[in-house]
Amino acid sequence: MTDKSQANEQRSSGTAVSQNAAPQLAIELAGINKHFGPVHANKDIDLKVTRGTVHGIVGENGAGKTTLMSILYGFYTAETGRIFVDGKEVTIKDSSHALELGIGMVHQHFMLVDNFTVLENVILGAEDDALLQPSLDKARKVLAQLARDYELEVDPDALIEDLSVGGQQRVEILKALYRGAEILILDEPTGVLTPSEADHLFKVLETLRKQGKTILLITHKLREIMAITDDVSVMRQGAMVKTLETKNTDPAELAELMVGRRVLLRVDKGPSNPGDVKLEVRDLVVKDDMDITRVKGINFEVRAGEIVGIAGVSGNGQSDMLEAITGMRKADSGQLIVKGKEVVIKGDDGAAKLRDMSVAHVPEDRQELGLVVTFEQWENAILGYQDDDKYGKGAFLSIPAAREEANRHIEKYDIRPANNRLKAANFSGGNQQKIVLAREMSRNPDVLVVGQPTRGVDIGAIEFIHNQIVAMRDAGKAVLLVSVELDEIRSLADRILVMFDGHIVGEADPATATEAELGLLMAGVSADNAPESDKREANNKESAK
Amino acid sequence: MIVRKPLPRWADLILVPFLNLTLAFLISGLVVLIIGENPIEAVKILLFGAFGYGEGLGYTLHFATNFIFAGLAFSIASHAGQFNIGAEGQAYVAGLGAILVALALDQTHWLLVMPLAMIASAAIGGFWGFVPGYLAAKRGSHVVITTIMFNFIASAFMVYMLNRVLKQSDNMAPESATVVNAGRMPQLREWWDYFGYSPLNVMFFVAVAALIAAYILLWRTELGYKIRTMGQNPSAAHYAGISNSAIVMIAMTISGAVAGMIALNEVLGVQNRLVLDFVFGYGFVGIAVGLMGRNHPIGIALAALLFGALYQGGQELAFMMPAVTREMILVIQALVILFTGAMEGLFRRPLEMMFGMLEFSKSEKSDDAPASSKS
Repeated sequence: MTDKSQANEQRSSGTAVSQNAAPQLAIELAGINKHFGPVHANKDIDLKVTRGTVHGIVGENGAGKTTLMSILYGFYTAETGRIFVDGKEVTIKDSSHALELGIGMVHQHFMLVDNFTVLENVILGAEDDALLQPSLDKARKVLAQLARDYELEVDPDALIEDLSVGGQQRVEILKALYRGAEILILDEPTGVLTPSEADHLFKVLETLRKQGKTILLITHKLREIMAITDDVSVMRQGAMVKTLETKNTDPAELAELMVGRRVLLRVDKGPSNPGDVKLEVRDLVVKDDMDITRVKGINFEVRAGEIVGIAGVSGNGQSDMLEAITGMRKADSGQLIVKGKEVVIKGDDGAAKLRDMSVAHVPEDRQELGLVVTFEQWENAILGYQDDDKYGKGAFLSIPAAREEANRHIEKYDIRPANNRLKAANFSGGNQQKIVLAREMSRNPDVLVVGQPTRGVDIGAIEFIHNQIVAMRDAGKAVLLVSVELDEIRSLADRILVMFDGHIVGEADPATATEAELGLLMAGVSADNAPESDKREANNKESAK
Repeated sequence: MIVRKPLPRWADLILVPFLNLTLAFLISGLVVLIIGENPIEAVKILLFGAFGYGEGLGYTLHFATNFIFAGLAFSIASHAGQFNIGAEGQAYVAGLGAILVALALDQTHWLLVMPLAMIASAAIGGFWGFVPGYLAAKRGSHVVITTIMFNFIASAFMVYMLNRVLKQSDNMAPESATVVNAGRMPQLREWWDYFGYSPLNVMFFVAVAALIAAYILLWRTELGYKIRTMGQNPSAAHYAGISNSAIVMIAMTISGAVAGMIALNEVLGVQNRLVLDFVFGYGFVGIAVGLMGRNHPIGIALAALLFGALYQGGQELAFMMPAVTREMILVIQALVILFTGAMEGLFRRPLEMMFGMLEFSKSEKSDDAPASSKS
């Protein structure tokens, strides 16, 4: 049986069990096809979304979720296939046409003007008149109404740049609602939110659903799918694999459908066996390029054979801390001690110094830092180690030696396609990450500093990457892991430090700390309000001394 | 269905420049037609003038020598992400090094003069590239601005040097003393009469060697790797422990030093003395050569040859077809620069779409095959 007929069967059963006697479809897609060059991004996609439900769409990166939504939102036109909105067949020409049809989109990266007020952003592109004042007045009234209806409170006169990320996202939703959206598409909406902000978003979505709006939620977080959606559609390699009713499925099944094989969602790891202190940070203060203090005096240590996880919402100083620890940025004050020796960064080649001291760095942003995407894989396999005599004596570079190294990486880390002449840009996100990991780990470093190891990486590769990190720990390496994915920190780390506004606001034991406790710490709620974690933090501090 | 796809290497390196060039020549042909001459005849004269006989070929290669140095100078900086448009000024000041060494050692042997003059020119040209590089690396000044300014400074400085320092008391013209002996670069016509009276000299071989050396530097050494990393992704270079500021300064210095070689070819190869404005715009044309040659030594060699042929063949054309004036030749050269340099992307987009379509129809077929076999 082909995937397609299987999918058809599942879909029909999926819609048959919907609660309403005569479920009305908000959106129906039939036989959607879309190519990008040789890539068949959407293969005969059928999708039925019932009005007034939250419909999740899950799939790995490159499964075609975003392409499908972009077709629905008018960014792309499908080559074949039919689109029905409210039962009427339509051809969506562009995004303004989609808006007319009542389809609004909340993008992963917000489309807001930072130095405009909320009101100005809301009417941007929807002004009634050459004069702004009437539109602004109208928008103010509508916003007040929307805030009452959907618990979407935002100060209409606040500047976007002064709002929290969650607040900015609410503005995006308001923008769509102001334009009369009945169907909302949210693309990875919780990627940038704290757990409590995410909870608030879910409450808003809940209210929207109650008011009869239809919501399409694109995400790769299965927990969110389970928490909020009514139905869930799984995509894999451009095809719609299955549509299920959420209450009849579980994360393990969804993960299996997404990847096409069984995956372990938990990391298998034994107890840690910490040894000597390998990396130590004392009163570290770091300023960013704009001379703003990002890291405000932090202290911690990482021992051989343990994984220390730094949790926190992105933008709380983690990036600057990582840069300081790996020699890319000069610390403003404080000490960085590697294997008992203090490291002082002088010029702009400090990263080489730390590498010489056997500190490997898997950066947060592989495309911006970890790779030269226009270089071939073998050239990337020696990035940072280009001066090593292994890859050519003296000033010269030995291409055969570098290619050999690259092939070893490809083999050991299962990098696909196994072609060292392929440009890094042409590898998938997961394989790009493997190129970086292979390079940094195969040098057998004493200290491994890892930032966001699985950002934008497929579930299948996540499993592999997590196992590699644990293997490094078990080999007696000191591992510092920075991630905004709380699940990742909790499953990998032996100790969790929570960072907020440049401070380490708490330490937790991943075995006992609950998500709620960590969430409070991440949101900057002081330890006084959270006596449980306060105690634990105090205990840990004592034991550290 | 519109898909764009990066072009295959051969199309990028050969097809795109070829199409650009064809268009430039078609429009040039129209220009010739408008002024009442036969374009086919003009092309014949141009090609014959550039390649048809020894002296013509000698001139073509002599001009190409300048363009190779200028093109390489632009490209090496370009690989480090620096847009060095100061080759003109760097070559100009480098003339000082060439002439001072040559005058001092005029009574020795050219085998002694040549390396020392090369070192002196490279040092001065390199310094003229280093300063903008230093300002870019340490002060954040944009090299486009600083190198333009340094061209003007070079120009004014050289006028001063020629009028106040190097000018001979028995000569009204602002030019240095003339080298008569070992200071002159050996002309190839001394060994092969084939080249007639053309000023093709040993610097041509230096240019060829420079092409090979540039290839080795950029693709076979650690420094070249760092330069290319820096040019492609400065943040990744920083992450890799490469000192971005050092690389910018080094690349700009090498770039200026290579541009300085033009001074030997012109000052010691043709004029035998330092004169005003001897660089004659070669440095600027080098930008077009570098762009058209896609910053690769082989491409630069071909582009330099093309521009050399245009310079030489153009002069021949102006001579043979009186209606085609010198200014007309400049128009044709400008059209080539326009289409190969400035409007380089003209054919890229349509070609990318075309290749995308081809690829698409291919994948369509291969997609269908397994699907039908399954059902």
